[in-house]
Amino acid sequence: MAPNINPFILFFASIFTSNILLANFLGMCSFISISKDITSSNGLGMAVTMVMTITTALNWIVYNKIIVPLGLEYLRYIIFIIVIAAVVQILEMLIDRLSPNLYMSLGIFLPLITVNCAILGVSLFMQLRYYTFIQSIFYGLGSGLGWWLAIMALAAIRKRVDKSPNVPAALKGPGLTLIIIGIMAMAFIGFSGMLNVQ
Amino acid sequence: MSEYNKVLKENVWYNNPVFVQILGICSALAVTNNLTNTFIMTIAVSLVTAFSSLTVSIIKGLIPRKVRMIVQTLIIAFYVIIVDIILRAYLPGISKALGPYVGLIITNCIIMGRAEGFAQSNGPIISFWDGFTSGLGYLVVLMVVAFFRELLGFGTLFGYRVLPEGFMSWTIMLMAPSAFFMLAIFIWVAKGIMLRKEAK
Repeated sequence: MAPNINPFILFFASIFTSNILLANFLGMCSFISISKDITSSNGLGMAVTMVMTITTALNWIVYNKIIVPLGLEYLRYIIFIIVIAAVVQILEMLIDRLSPNLYMSLGIFLPLITVNCAILGVSLFMQLRYYTFIQSIFYGLGSGLGWWLAIMALAAIRKRVDKSPNVPAALKGPGLTLIIIGIMAMAFIGFSGMLNVQ
Repeated sequence: MSEYNKVLKENVWYNNPVFVQILGICSALAVTNNLTNTFIMTIAVSLVTAFSSLTVSIIKGLIPRKVRMIVQTLIIAFYVIIVDIILRAYLPGISKALGPYVGLIITNCIIMGRAEGFAQSNGPIISFWDGFTSGLGYLVVLMVVAFFRELLGFGTLFGYRVLPEGFMSWTIMLMAPSAFFMLAIFIWVAKGIMLRKEAK
């Protein structure tokens, strides 16, 4: 039942045309709260990309090799979230051991990722659309990079716009950020003639 | 009774989870181009929030502090699975339209926020009420957004034709950006009213 899409097309489509954030509205909470600052946005984007790629691949294996043969499909939400929490926990310990510098920059963002809906969302989309293992890896990596790209772009725009004195008082903060995100989403729709996956 | 009233007012207006705290907009913006789907989705979120707050409040003494996050997540996931099964049994069409967003209720920040911020330190009944009214605050905002998106995008409300046939529907209202714009306008208006009240 796997859709016949070249993994590379899936990769680019998940970055641009069906960006996990701007087209599917996932991972908004941390997107809005962290994007005040470019350095933090970069750290979070990196962490999200890493966790997303690993968890999508692991969840594919767990779902297709364990859950489906045992007929436990209704438990998939719990199992996916446990896999994600475990990966974040292990990754945190590994990075702490292997690269203290990276740990310093990622450390505070890793726990935030467990509750990032984009991570669970990608696993659920992967399962609903019957992607193959290779397709899932490319889809996870592409979605992570798309999220990273979007948060970096937003942080760069907000750095300038937030200081503007001409914004009405009631629109300051989240309201203005949402309007910027809306305009970014419109810009990304411009890519949609390029590729399409569903 | 006044305590219950206070919680209701806080959650629906003064401390609304969506337009004051900016939480939980992730999973639901996607379903707001249709009033029926939005209504079912927000009711599901309210019930999951209410029951998980109730459960967390009842067993809060038994959970070791270190693992409480994962226990809370499992409690939430348990209720989401129940909601998912009920939806699939009785409303298969809507369940299909909502797609992965039902499962994504698990990562809705409002639910975790209420469990962590209120249910941990309050009794079961008031926690249930707090969870439910938080869901209500969420319902109000999303229904307003969905009202405008469906009206202008399809010319219908709850699937019934409201605007005349000659009305040229605004396709942009059905696409992603309009959800952001509508929510931004809602926040703008709500915050404007609050600021004006404060100034008085």
